[in-house]
Amino acid sequence: MIPLIGRRLLMAFLTLILVSLIVFVAVEALPGDMASAYLGRDATPESLAVLREEFGLNAPAYQRYLTWFGGFLRGDLGDSLVRNKPIMEVIGNNLRNTIVLAMTASAVGIPLAIALGVFAALTRDRWPDIIVSTISIFGMTLPEFVTGTFLIYIFAIKLKWFKGVATMPSDAPIDAEFFQIIMLPVLTLTLVMMAHILRLVRTSMIDVMISDYVQMARLKGVPAWGIVFRHALPNAMLPTINIVALTIAWLLGGVLIIERVFNFPGIGNLMINGISDRDLALVQAIAIILAAFYIGINLLADLASLVLNPRLRTARGH
Amino acid sequence: MAAITPEVAGTQEESLQKRKSPFVETVENLRRSWSGKIGFFLIVFHILLALLSPVIVDALPADPFTREAGRNAAPSLQYPFGGDEQGRDVFTRTLLGGRTLLLVTIFGTAIAMTWGSLVGILMGFLGGRIDDIVMRLIDAFLAIPWLLFLLLIVGIVGTDPWIQMLTLGFFYGIPAVRVSRAATLDYVTREFVLSARARGEKKRTVILRELLPNVTDILLVEGAMRWSWMMLAFISLSFLGFGVPPGGGRTDWGLMISLSRKIMALQPWATFGPIIFLSSLIIGINLFADALAKALGLDRSQGAPV
Repeated sequence: MIPLIGRRLLMAFLTLILVSLIVFVAVEALPGDMASAYLGRDATPESLAVLREEFGLNAPAYQRYLTWFGGFLRGDLGDSLVRNKPIMEVIGNNLRNTIVLAMTASAVGIPLAIALGVFAALTRDRWPDIIVSTISIFGMTLPEFVTGTFLIYIFAIKLKWFKGVATMPSDAPIDAEFFQIIMLPVLTLTLVMMAHILRLVRTSMIDVMISDYVQMARLKGVPAWGIVFRHALPNAMLPTINIVALTIAWLLGGVLIIERVFNFPGIGNLMINGISDRDLALVQAIAIILAAFYIGINLLADLASLVLNPRLRTARGH
Repeated sequence: MAAITPEVAGTQEESLQKRKSPFVETVENLRRSWSGKIGFFLIVFHILLALLSPVIVDALPADPFTREAGRNAAPSLQYPFGGDEQGRDVFTRTLLGGRTLLLVTIFGTAIAMTWGSLVGILMGFLGGRIDDIVMRLIDAFLAIPWLLFLLLIVGIVGTDPWIQMLTLGFFYGIPAVRVSRAATLDYVTREFVLSARARGEKKRTVILRELLPNVTDILLVEGAMRWSWMMLAFISLSFLGFGVPPGGGRTDWGLMISLSRKIMALQPWATFGPIIFLSSLIIGINLFADALAKALGLDRSQGAPV
């Protein structure tokens, strides 16, 4: 068990190093460098040369990579030259906002998805199942911005229940007003993320409900709720852990578009601005942070299914 | 050995007789399912529309590039979807708006599935250290949020549709490597592959003749799904302003939606028009992919690990 966990940790770290390399190379390949982005139109060859010397841009690429990645591991992301601030300061509040948004959506969406998945499985092929499954297919197949736009039209323009934009200062306190403003983005994210989990829970619940041991429990006279909650659900949940992790990881990417749709001051909006005004250090930093989250969440899911499913422990650890 | 070989040949012959032509059988299964028919119809409709829309638009009285419809004009007989925020006719713009999307994603998917599945089969076939290294690299690529990655690449290579086709083709081939490798692993230890290798067949022959035909059905379904995901990626990029550039005689649904969202309270049809066309295409592909998976006897909820 311990060597297996150690192996996964090592693999996760290796993946992080590879990701950092890919991101570094991709950002290196972007036209222009920090010096030209910083000077903008005022750039002259002389001032560029001076600035490059000052920022250490003349050092060989591998040296700059090591400095950057080493700094990241120690929690130092360097400075944003375009915004003239340490990157941690630029990102801090936006990252917090995105995490709050994603966590709120997960807290609403995941339990709801599991409940609806079980509900759909138990009413298989009857109208509650058909309605739930149809809505989830729409949520799953349509682009996030279409779902978001549609919900804005219904809930903000026609019904006037929520605000159509989630604009606020990025350091707004997280209070009741904050949650009121993010209602519609949360609803959109919930609808989109629910679909995958719901479908998987439904399928695995159906599989479990027709399995021998559930039949046996039924024949022995276990009451219906006992079958569902004590026997079927725990087993149906196992394959769900990984998809939940994947969905949370997806949230970190999909949230980019939703933030743009609602003009929410999160990390996605910040990154798109960073790409537009060529704040390469910022883009690099956000990329590696999001990837680190992604790897971390998947690692946790892996470990959780190791703990919960003894069969995996004897399998070829991979 | 001598006793086993005829038996293997026998079962192969039997299965050949049972499924006379897998292609015909699949088409028959598809024709029996409603979702397959609707999906197929929607896809064909959109491809025909993309090919013919310049002619259709020429024949219509409205011009998509002049501001004749009136700013934020409500739908009328001549302008069925009304005017956009600049006064251009939304309907003809919508008819033209899927052309770049379809061009980029159809060829992009073809590129992605070709290189992805060949590399995947090769890795499943070779195994060992090279397989380990490539799969690690692929995990690393997949750990970067997809949109972030695409934005970075678009930042590098620009918004030229031919280059975006290559970019998306490269990026969406990465998960295809994983899927085709996993499918191949089911076959590499089967007798017919082992015997082909024992006969001393070239690696290329084993991969193209023995392995590829066996994973084709999985790759077909995977390709259909990749197509719809690539479409989501492209349309999201253009929604964010990194897809089809405004002006230049091209229109695009993603861009139209992102611009006309601002006037949604006044003129919702400028947004709904492109949304209806875009959604019908994506839903059509998904219905078709679902029906295809069922017709081929694959369960989609089991597969598709990304």
